[in-house]
Amino acid sequence: MAPRAPWSSPSPILAALLISSLVLCPAQAIVVYTDREVHGAVGSQVTLHCSFWSSEWVSDDISFTWRYQPEGGRDAISIFHYAKGQPYIDEVGAFKERIQWVGDPRWKDGSIVIHNLDYSDNGTFTCDVKNPPDIVGKTSQVTLYVFEKVPTRYGVVLGAVIGGVLGVVLLLLLLYFLVRYCWLRRQAALQRRLSAMEKGKLHKSGKDSKRGRQTPVLYAMLDHSRSTKAASEKKKGLGESRKDKK
Amino acid sequence: MLLLLLSIIVLHVAVLVLLFVSTIVSHWMVGGGHSTDLWQNCSTSTSNIYHCFSASTNEWLQSVQATMILSIIFSVLSLFLFFCQLFTLTKGGRFYFTGVFQILAGLCVMSAASIYTVKHTDWHFNSDNSYGYAYILAWVAFPLALLSGVVYVILRKRE
Repeated sequence: MAPRAPWSSPSPILAALLISSLVLCPAQAIVVYTDREVHGAVGSQVTLHCSFWSSEWVSDDISFTWRYQPEGGRDAISIFHYAKGQPYIDEVGAFKERIQWVGDPRWKDGSIVIHNLDYSDNGTFTCDVKNPPDIVGKTSQVTLYVFEKVPTRYGVVLGAVIGGVLGVVLLLLLLYFLVRYCWLRRQAALQRRLSAMEKGKLHKSGKDSKRGRQTPVLYAMLDHSRSTKAASEKKKGLGESRKDKK
Repeated sequence: MLLLLLSIIVLHVAVLVLLFVSTIVSHWMVGGGHSTDLWQNCSTSTSNIYHCFSASTNEWLQSVQATMILSIIFSVLSLFLFFCQLFTLTKGGRFYFTGVFQILAGLCVMSAASIYTVKHTDWHFNSDNSYGYAYILAWVAFPLALLSGVVYVILRKRE
């Protein structure tokens, strides 16, 4: 389409090229995704994930193929095939009865599980997906390593230590500010109540007999003076005010 | 007063530089034409080619890496808090937060260096290795960080 556009105006050509490259190219290629490598312990099971991206709708004719190439081996053998809604497992290979289909084509998932791993399973697994009419594309490979004991993956301990310590510090800071906030609020409330009480007493003093209120007022004033002292001292430094409190 | 302030900042920055250098530079272990650090393992082969491989995924090595990173984070945070508190703190107040974070950084670098000292045979099998200068710098950073942390706690702000 692009070459037929008039040469006198290059911008439509460019635009057409751009649109064609954006719209047409992905339609011609299916992209398959797998992990780069998976680790498994002897006797355990491992899931080989496989998903794909296709511009077409997932058709009924979709097929997944898993091929296996032993470590150091030349040729890859087909070990698993999924077509027309049916999984087919190779009956003679080393993986018979050990492969389980866990994928779901509706979710673009072609994963399989390999049970009861053995050292001889080391090798490369290739996932191939055909989603007609979208069948051209690269396959993806995942390498399986079988260990006696699965080593810790890099970054797990690193992340855990950093995250843990930072989390603890953050939590402590939060707790500190929460306690301080509560303490200040209680202090303020106490002061307000005391001053209100004093006012009330002063108001009442006109009516009440003098004997009845003499002691409480003294007590309140003492308390008030102490709280103001504490408040003034708090400004100096928090550690000191804490000491005072205790 | 200004001199004191300046010297404290210089001390703090020196600690930071030490921490960065000891974390990054590939000289925790040297000997026999190769040097290793927390991240990779470099050696000069017989044909004079310099090869570097990534370090092992040993759990203890990862915790050394983690504590070194933590000490850098805490020290940077402490410097940041220092400048914040310098402008917000009331007169006569102490730089508690700054000091606590700097002390934490010091403790982190101490634990990193001590874990490395005890456990480095787990991932370096050569016996002809000796400690490189990055390792020594990490140990030097520990008392300096602790010192500056204590100075922050002791110090009172003056106008």
